[in-house]
Amino acid sequence: MKLRRSMLFVPGDAAGMVSTSFVFKPDTIMFDLEDAVSPREKDSARLLVYQALRHPAYRDIETAVRINELDTEYGPKDLEMAVRGGADLIRLPKTETAADIELLDRHITRIEQACGRPIGQTRVIAAIESASGVVNAVSITRASPRMIAVALAGFDYLVDMQSERSGGSEPELFYARAAVLHAARAAGIGAYDVAYGDVNDIGGFLREVMIAKNLGFNGKSLIHPRQIQPLHKAYAPTRQELAYARRVIEAAEKAKREGLGVTSLDGKMIDPPVIAHAELVIRRAEAA
Amino acid sequence: MEIVKNAIAGTLESSDVLVKVSPSQDGTVTLHIQSEVIKQFGKQIRATVMQTLEALSVSAATIVVSDKGALDCVIRARVQAAVLRAADAQDLDWNVL
Repeated sequence: MKLRRSMLFVPGDAAGMVSTSFVFKPDTIMFDLEDAVSPREKDSARLLVYQALRHPAYRDIETAVRINELDTEYGPKDLEMAVRGGADLIRLPKTETAADIELLDRHITRIEQACGRPIGQTRVIAAIESASGVVNAVSITRASPRMIAVALAGFDYLVDMQSERSGGSEPELFYARAAVLHAARAAGIGAYDVAYGDVNDIGGFLREVMIAKNLGFNGKSLIHPRQIQPLHKAYAPTRQELAYARRVIEAAEKAKREGLGVTSLDGKMIDPPVIAHAELVIRRAEAA
Repeated sequence: MEIVKNAIAGTLESSDVLVKVSPSQDGTVTLHIQSEVIKQFGKQIRATVMQTLEALSVSAATIVVSDKGALDCVIRARVQAAVLRAADAQDLDWNVL
């Protein structure tokens, strides 16, 4: 699975951001055509994002497009542009049921066929932003082989729940985080935590990052470039963690050479889950 | 593509470009460029605008481009948006964009 810790939102109508955001090196750049763009600029933003997707500067970085909902006048046009433009990922907002993803899948397949992209190349992230979405997370994550992740969107979810952010350990988001994360893991896909809205509060941001990381989220949706490095640092293993992970891999490879199913290191059993975690630690260290 | 009304796309923010398109008075393309970097990039801006107009089959229009240091891809997108608005175009041919 590709390492995806940071998914940076870039307003689709902001020419300065659209043409330079690759320099910040998030794991994924998410061009936003939905909430960040006013209705009167949807057409212009769509063309701007299309040109950015085809620009050589974006060839070496994963790109995503958050389209408008498919039952709006904008959504189908956004999708047509994003698939033809070569976006790696489509982020569907306000996903409520598996049927939403199945419909998206059919549209993408039609467009891929029409423009000559390999069928299945365009992958999907479902944004879950409501109680219905959380309750249906298990079926949503399994609705299409294009699904690579789910992303919890906190603001809309809490409005739907008639709740609000409390800070601290954020009990108001605990059930949604746990439910979405379990659904993602059971389906073998990634999970992104909510965006943190106060870009000047890095301390509060990091507190929330640690909640997400400790629960098991792959990363977070980000709304400002200054959140990228703190997030990557928080996800980077310590030297001790990295050294131990390397010893785990060495022990596992030695056991494999000797034909042993499991082995031990410092008195602790080394089995496939421990090895998988060590591989993740090493990948995070390499990307940090 | 026929320009049937006045239209604008883009902004005057840094790294952007404001493009105004209006119907031609004499059946030709007239292009005015304002840019702080006109000496260095004027020819390139003109070429990008003209190529974009040609791809959209625009043969008659008055275009005013106020550049604020936009990259080629931004200029192309803003010209496309202004032309499509000015032509009242509803269906796009993505192959020419």
